[in-house]
Amino acid sequence: MNIINQMKLSFVSKSVNESFARASVAAFVLPLDPTVSELSDIRTAVSEAVTNCIVHAYPDKKGIITLTAKLTDQRKLIVTIRDKGKGIEDIDKAMEPLFTTSTDERAGLGFAVMQSFMDKVRVRSEISKGTAVTLEKYISSSDDQR
Amino acid sequence: MVDISYQNDVVTALLYGEIDHHIAPKIRNAIDIKCETHRPKMLTLDFSGVTFMDSSGVGLVMGRYRCISLLGGRLEVIHIPENIRKVFSLSGLESLGVLK
Repeated sequence: MNIINQMKLSFVSKSVNESFARASVAAFVLPLDPTVSELSDIRTAVSEAVTNCIVHAYPDKKGIITLTAKLTDQRKLIVTIRDKGKGIEDIDKAMEPLFTTSTDERAGLGFAVMQSFMDKVRVRSEISKGTAVTLEKYISSSDDQR
Repeated sequence: MVDISYQNDVVTALLYGEIDHHIAPKIRNAIDIKCETHRPKMLTLDFSGVTFMDSSGVGLVMGRYRCISLLGGRLEVIHIPENIRKVFSLSGLESLGVLK
């Protein structure tokens, strides 16, 4: 599997950057001519991961979020969203649908959306060091049934 | 973002554009102020103009359900685009019967 294109973004954990992050990944994947549904899934999953950084990783102060995206010659998009925030105490618990530590009308569906909309989700986290969420999705080709 | 109107005991919120964690609190405040002022029998959230929504939109709807229920009214969510219904389908909101 060869990487045919890649990009990296760093931005401050401000909520206004959620739309910037998802729009950037959507633009990056466009050369593979994804379906409207695939593009919508990717934008939604990226938005969830970036929102998690803003709400949970850096709850009290702003920090830096780093987003890398890669495309492989097998039409796979790999997006990694990293923060250097507080880390996740219990990853299995955090990934349970409807579980949230937030009190501000969060639905607790962030990871459920990522898992449902992407082919693969990996989470690595260390307390006080940060979290990295990797999202993978295969983009269908015009030869595939759409 | 949102246009809100009140007529015949119904508050209608016409949502448009993108709903995420940045925008949702602004929509929430606008709707809640209108509902607290008029105490309507029905709150209608019209999603026909929404082009993107993540789970922040689910939180927004769940919160308005609680809010309007406390005021003695009902909630309905109408004109949900297909890509957005997919997000709602993970939420359990369908079992409340508010998604039309």
